[in-house]
Amino acid sequence: MGKGIAITGMGVISAIGNNVEENYRSLVSNTIGITKISHIDTVHKNDIMVGEVSATNSELEAQLGLSPDSWSRTSLLAVIAAKEAIANAGIEDINAFKTGLISGTTVGGMDKSEQYFYEYFENDKTWHHINGLHAGDSTQKIATELGMEASFTTTISTACSSAANAIMLGARMIKSGRLDRVIVGGADCLSKFTINGFKTLMILSDTYNTPFDDDRKGLNLGESAAYLVLESDAVVAKENKKVLGYVKGYGNANDAFHQTASSDHGDGAVLAMKQALKVAGLSTDAVDYINAHGTATPNNDLSEGRAMVRVFDGKVPEFSSTKAFTGHTLATAGAIEAVYSVLALQNNVIYPNLNFKTPMQEFDLLPQTELKQKELQVVLSNSFGFGGNCTTLLFSKQA
Amino acid sequence: MTKRVYINSVGSVSAQKTFENDSFLDEITVHYDTTISVISPNYKDYIPPAAARRMAKGIKMSTVSSKTALDEAGLENVDAIIVGTGLGCIDDSEKFISAIIDNKEQFLTPTRFIQSSHNSVSGQIALGIGCKGYNYSYVHSAASFESCLIDAMMQIQLEEAKNILVGGVDELVAHHVDTHRLIDHIKKTPVESSKLLTSKTAGCVMAEGAHFFVLSEKKQASTYAELIGVRTYNTLSKEQLAQTVTEFLREHELNSDAIDLVVLGYNGDVNFDAYYDLLTQDMFLNTAQAYYKHLSGEYDTASGFGFWLASKVARTNTLPAAARLNQITTATPRTILLYNQYRGEYHSLVLLRQC
Repeated sequence: MGKGIAITGMGVISAIGNNVEENYRSLVSNTIGITKISHIDTVHKNDIMVGEVSATNSELEAQLGLSPDSWSRTSLLAVIAAKEAIANAGIEDINAFKTGLISGTTVGGMDKSEQYFYEYFENDKTWHHINGLHAGDSTQKIATELGMEASFTTTISTACSSAANAIMLGARMIKSGRLDRVIVGGADCLSKFTINGFKTLMILSDTYNTPFDDDRKGLNLGESAAYLVLESDAVVAKENKKVLGYVKGYGNANDAFHQTASSDHGDGAVLAMKQALKVAGLSTDAVDYINAHGTATPNNDLSEGRAMVRVFDGKVPEFSSTKAFTGHTLATAGAIEAVYSVLALQNNVIYPNLNFKTPMQEFDLLPQTELKQKELQVVLSNSFGFGGNCTTLLFSKQA
Repeated sequence: MTKRVYINSVGSVSAQKTFENDSFLDEITVHYDTTISVISPNYKDYIPPAAARRMAKGIKMSTVSSKTALDEAGLENVDAIIVGTGLGCIDDSEKFISAIIDNKEQFLTPTRFIQSSHNSVSGQIALGIGCKGYNYSYVHSAASFESCLIDAMMQIQLEEAKNILVGGVDELVAHHVDTHRLIDHIKKTPVESSKLLTSKTAGCVMAEGAHFFVLSEKKQASTYAELIGVRTYNTLSKEQLAQTVTEFLREHELNSDAIDLVVLGYNGDVNFDAYYDLLTQDMFLNTAQAYYKHLSGEYDTASGFGFWLASKVARTNTLPAAARLNQITTATPRTILLYNQYRGEYHSLVLLRQC
């Protein structure tokens, strides 16, 4: 039986709160973060709803003590969440152990690149953003801000499973002894690039997203950053660390079906969930709650629902998608939902799947629609992305 | 006992004619420019023309290079696919951005957006060969390819996979070049390949390429070398470098005398090549030295070309004259060390051994 990797710190900033505590309060009080878009001037502003972090770039820069227009919003969000995670883990000397950083992102510094795409050639005041386009830039900024030196840092981009894969890699690197401690998670800000990209795919809802509802109209894009600190048993023992929960299992598989769509039968999702259970050494009946990917696109919820029915042989435990609160925060989804899964374990609660009215015709799956108290030992969290990328994480109360 | 990791095949599309594995830099293409494109294979030999028309260049280069590697390893499928790319299919990203701006967010089509997803290469390869296994994409600038190697080594050593396709790919694209020339990351004046290191100008000669390899737990007739170790470092000061290399070698129970060939990522940037000088003029002064970015150009996954070069050297016992940095030769390059960094960041050390 696989032994879990300890989680000792968490940080998050999203449309429903600027830290872990605020996010949790929103989740248990049905406070959603979906609104009309306010920070980006897009022609689609009347056709879409989004999950925006409420603070403006100026406010985030002030919080970090940066001068105006220093960084991409992705980096601003990333550093705020990563610092919260480090503080929460009580880490004072980041280089005291073999420490790594693994971050997931899809857009990187795209917000600035699209803003200054032509202006770069006219205004040298914008040039500090040129090298901010590449996805590794926000990761390096976190590493610098945290004071990491001569350390393993990397960036993963597998679309909407990026941060889930960062968590999985981090857990594997601790398990293999390559690292003693690792900060894992992801960051993605909203951008015209993603708004228009998803618009062309015709999977953006013009109203509040409704996961697993028969009449679902698509997703709301969101933005967020979330990081967790994973530490080896040796570090936990030596530092007498409080453990918030464990990464108990993980699985990544590919649907190998279509560039963007998931297969109707959910083969990749089935493989990922089974792999995670195998790594954890758990049977399906050990899973107490599923925090589903549940983006509310017609394709995802059908594929994921079918996969859950297949894996759990019809006996699917309580499940819900928290995307109705936060929107789909792309690369970050797996990290923000990891934080929510650990909070669920700590507080023994299942979050409601909001906006659900009509069961889907293809199966008789009913998401949990009310906040529910339940003794939880194991939570399963799914994240699926373009390129057929499917990742499942299992979080547990006990190692 | 930990499983050994073997490099069982290679595949390359680069600024040299490397797409066929039966030659090894037999004819060198001399470049005189600030940017260099790949010498393209005849894509029709590898990809149906209808499919190729819609494909991003990064996907095309990767299709050829990965197919070459799979064929040479004698595999139709693998347990995992791990791809590194600094910028993904950035031509599509840039065209999608300019379309958003120029058309005021109207009349857009999804193809460019889909291909601009950083994992479109790894996803496309999986789709092409029907691989439902582990599928990751690392996008960490000049440490993207090395991140793949670390992940793949870990999987084989932990017995999570037997055969893994790893690769690195990046495209050369106009807007990216033009903007990076503004900030002196790319040279402003052309330089001839053989004079790269004496140009004494800022920036690199930017290029593109795709390099794929099959890493396996079992040695076979096609095996090039054993992959002994890989490490990356987000920062390293010049003062730390020698000590870091020494510690890395010690982890593998080696010292600098055990290194028969050192392969360095010199890119001709007067501001950052000093890192390599620290090794070539001291610790490895009396060791055979090789460099390659005058042949491949610089890009985030150019170290894939270095890995390809080192693998070929290990297999053939030959270091092509064009890649030699000093006069010292070695008849049997048994242990090979690669060191790369980009602009003082993203340092990596990779260790190969003949087998």
